[in-house]
Amino acid sequence: MKVPISLTVNGDTYDLAVDPWRTLAEVLREDLGLTGTKVGCGHGDCGACTVILDGRPVVSCLTMAMDANGRQVLTVEGLAPAGDELHPIQKAFVEGAAIQCGFCTPGMEMSAYALLQANPQPSEEEIRRGLSGNLCRCTGYNKIIEAVNTAAGWMVEGAGGPGGRGTGSSAGEGAGGRGAVPLGNAPGCKDGPADAGEGGA
Amino acid sequence: MMLPHIEYLLPETLEEACRLLAEAGDGGVVMAGGTDLLVKMKAGGVVPRLVVALGRVPGLDRIAFSEQGDVSIGATTRLADVAGNERIAYELPAVAEAAADTATPQIRNMGTVVGNLCNAAPSADNAPCLLALEGSVSIQGPSSLRELPLAEFFKGPGLTALSCGEIVTRVVVPKVGRASGLSYRSLSARGRVDIAAAGAAALVELADGVCCKVRVVLGGVAPVPLPVPEAAQVLEGTEPAADRIVAAAARAAAACTPISDVRASAEYRRHVVEVLTRRALAQALERAQANAGRAS
Repeated sequence: MKVPISLTVNGDTYDLAVDPWRTLAEVLREDLGLTGTKVGCGHGDCGACTVILDGRPVVSCLTMAMDANGRQVLTVEGLAPAGDELHPIQKAFVEGAAIQCGFCTPGMEMSAYALLQANPQPSEEEIRRGLSGNLCRCTGYNKIIEAVNTAAGWMVEGAGGPGGRGTGSSAGEGAGGRGAVPLGNAPGCKDGPADAGEGGA
Repeated sequence: MMLPHIEYLLPETLEEACRLLAEAGDGGVVMAGGTDLLVKMKAGGVVPRLVVALGRVPGLDRIAFSEQGDVSIGATTRLADVAGNERIAYELPAVAEAAADTATPQIRNMGTVVGNLCNAAPSADNAPCLLALEGSVSIQGPSSLRELPLAEFFKGPGLTALSCGEIVTRVVVPKVGRASGLSYRSLSARGRVDIAAAGAAALVELADGVCCKVRVVLGGVAPVPLPVPEAAQVLEGTEPAADRIVAAAARAAAACTPISDVRASAEYRRHVVEVLTRRALAQALERAQANAGRAS
């Protein structure tokens, strides 16, 4: 038997009747036609389906639609302010070539959005941690990290995009000074290498 | 990757949740955050008729401190809430660190500490610290409430002491002595996203410069999270010394019974758990010494 729920997605409220076994990702894509949210693994590992639920990033493939009843959902479709204008995070991803196949991009952008809401000026390590629940099989991550850093700079300036200080500068320059990060180190191990030679005390 | 066609209920009281579970018998399963359960259901490993979710039961998401200083973490308290709780971070930093090192930001906003315990993975990141602190769980059944030491809760991979209709409502840890320190070290191939291959928690309490109480608990190297009293005994009653930490870690490695799987070989696990125990003991001692200095 279908269950009535009320979802507020990107500011619009929808009254729906859903089967109890359906996930938020399924309802967003199939009932509301919001196919920007991607389902990659369906197991909560890849983060492609990340949406913001009551202000926090969650994986919508493991969120029951009934659990979203009465709550606020933000998807990638709600990220851009209006019309053709992109959100600074989206703009930075485009300009910084942080996209290859694009499948992980909506989830990456939602995690980046949540990170920058909580921490407007994250360090590179904090960006990597903030995006640690989002897998990309194309880019090798560096361009994505740089794009988030660039977007953070734009958003802190309040320019809302590359129209401020960043005019004419590339996203790559926005991340200037940080340099490339050896990927072997991060997100990496919780602990350092297990070196038997290291003393315990 | 769809879920099986289950019935999904969100009762608003604990009594109702227990009753629904008891009535459903083997066909019912309780859910907190769902980040383990729903994955198992999608893979077909668990196929319940009814899922009883706790998300609408008021009060279960609370972190509470008693007058005595005991800490209580409710059944639906999310990992992110434990990781971000200032008092836990101050008094029991390793508990907050273990929660912060579990899974990914998204999963930490959904999954719970109590769910991590009830899933009963041998590698559960939140179990070793809570065991080292001699925590207990409150278990609500259809007709009674009972308290069970965590040490008696884990029965094997995926197995707990819970019976039909029972729900863990919270995990409680008693206040630690002021001059004590707790640490949790873990290792996995792919950082936080991956399940830990091995982990070690250590608790050290000092009195007059002597280790008056020591606990060592290992994760991922036995069918259950494993307290190793014989490792702790190497240090208890002695003045802390590097060679004793090394000896205690060797005892810990000798006590474990790791398996080989996709995450690590048994040999590697045994090796690495010794290193992690050393590091956990060293950090716990360091924290105990710092806290002792602050106390005096």
